[in-house]
Amino acid sequence: MDKEKISTYEIMEICLLAGKIMLQSGAETYRVEDTMMRIAASFGIKESHSYVTPTGIIFSVEGNQPVKTRLIRITDRTTDLQKVAEVNSISRDISSGKLSVAEVYDALKKVEASKSTYPTIIKILAAGLASGCFLILFRGIWSDFLPAFTAGATGLAGVIFFQRLVPIKFFAELASSVLIGLVAVFSVKIGWGTQLDKIIIGSVMPLVPGLLLTNAVRDLMAGHLIAGMSKGVEAMLTAFAIGSGIAVVIALLVA
Amino acid sequence: MELLEQLAMSFIASAAFVVIFNAQKSTLFPGGITGMISWFIYFMIVNRAGYDPVAASLVASFFVAIISQLFSRVYKTPVIVFIIAGIIPLVPGGLAYDAMRNFVENDYNTGLALATKTLLISGAIAFGLVFSEVINQMIRKSKLTLKGNQETKQ
Repeated sequence: MDKEKISTYEIMEICLLAGKIMLQSGAETYRVEDTMMRIAASFGIKESHSYVTPTGIIFSVEGNQPVKTRLIRITDRTTDLQKVAEVNSISRDISSGKLSVAEVYDALKKVEASKSTYPTIIKILAAGLASGCFLILFRGIWSDFLPAFTAGATGLAGVIFFQRLVPIKFFAELASSVLIGLVAVFSVKIGWGTQLDKIIIGSVMPLVPGLLLTNAVRDLMAGHLIAGMSKGVEAMLTAFAIGSGIAVVIALLVA
Repeated sequence: MELLEQLAMSFIASAAFVVIFNAQKSTLFPGGITGMISWFIYFMIVNRAGYDPVAASLVASFFVAIISQLFSRVYKTPVIVFIIAGIIPLVPGGLAYDAMRNFVENDYNTGLALATKTLLISGAIAFGLVFSEVINQMIRKSKLTLKGNQETKQ
């Protein structure tokens, strides 16, 4: 009896750890719930319920013993698809019965601690490249490519830097969009770039919450109402931060 | 020529976002391809045929979901990796930013119009993805029941 109790708690521990890693890495709500229940089921827990929102997970298992419920709080969320993929493959291994509880725990801890696949500088360059490409997709002109590249790279570098400085996402986005605005306005003023609007729209693309917004609507359609609403609000806050940051620069320097 | 330029740019932009979102290196190429196809469909519908961006987003995201399902089976990676790369050229981030900028500049009418359009487009993208997933599940379920019937017969 006692031994069984401990193992139930251990299973809950790994379910929650898997759910936490996935949610912090930007997995969809339904995937988090599904993975947690699958892991529980493959370790022999027939009835489990999970309630996932972007800011916390409630997970409870039923069995012969009294129902056990645990709650964990999620504070920081980023997009790290590598981790989602790794947890997914671990959960697939569990379903095929290859791993024991202790092995799963070790593997998940390793995933949680793993560093990013790409160095920060590569990510910043990629943001610059994406900004330049979006400029062309939005019908900009080629001579604006380099200003957009510079502004976009500055923007992502700013977000990464400010988020280390102050752990408030809103502030980091506001500050780095001010940076983007400054780079864009100055590049136009010194005659390096021409179309200010196109440069700005292209270079804020790595920051804007388009993906968050789409995921929010998707969650709402799937019936995860709370998750959908909170993601939508997060997206709105981010858009507000970026829009106001740029507007400050334009109001002060252009108009 | 212009089409070629747009295709190349959408490929690079989607692949760059795969890097920003930290997915495995093996997904760089298929992610870029997914984004390129989605932008090709969108571009053709909006700029060549002259239809509404909302409808174009719906169609393009529907195909993104189909392609992503295929790639996720080939590369044994969660489907979200390819879906993200595929819808990156479609998501109305520029519009969302434009709307907010109009709001903070006190032009509420334009801001409201742009915000509504943003919401409609992201709704269309989400609907396209969900619709495609529903069809996929229906196909899978019908296969499962077929298999189940055969097993009971044997």
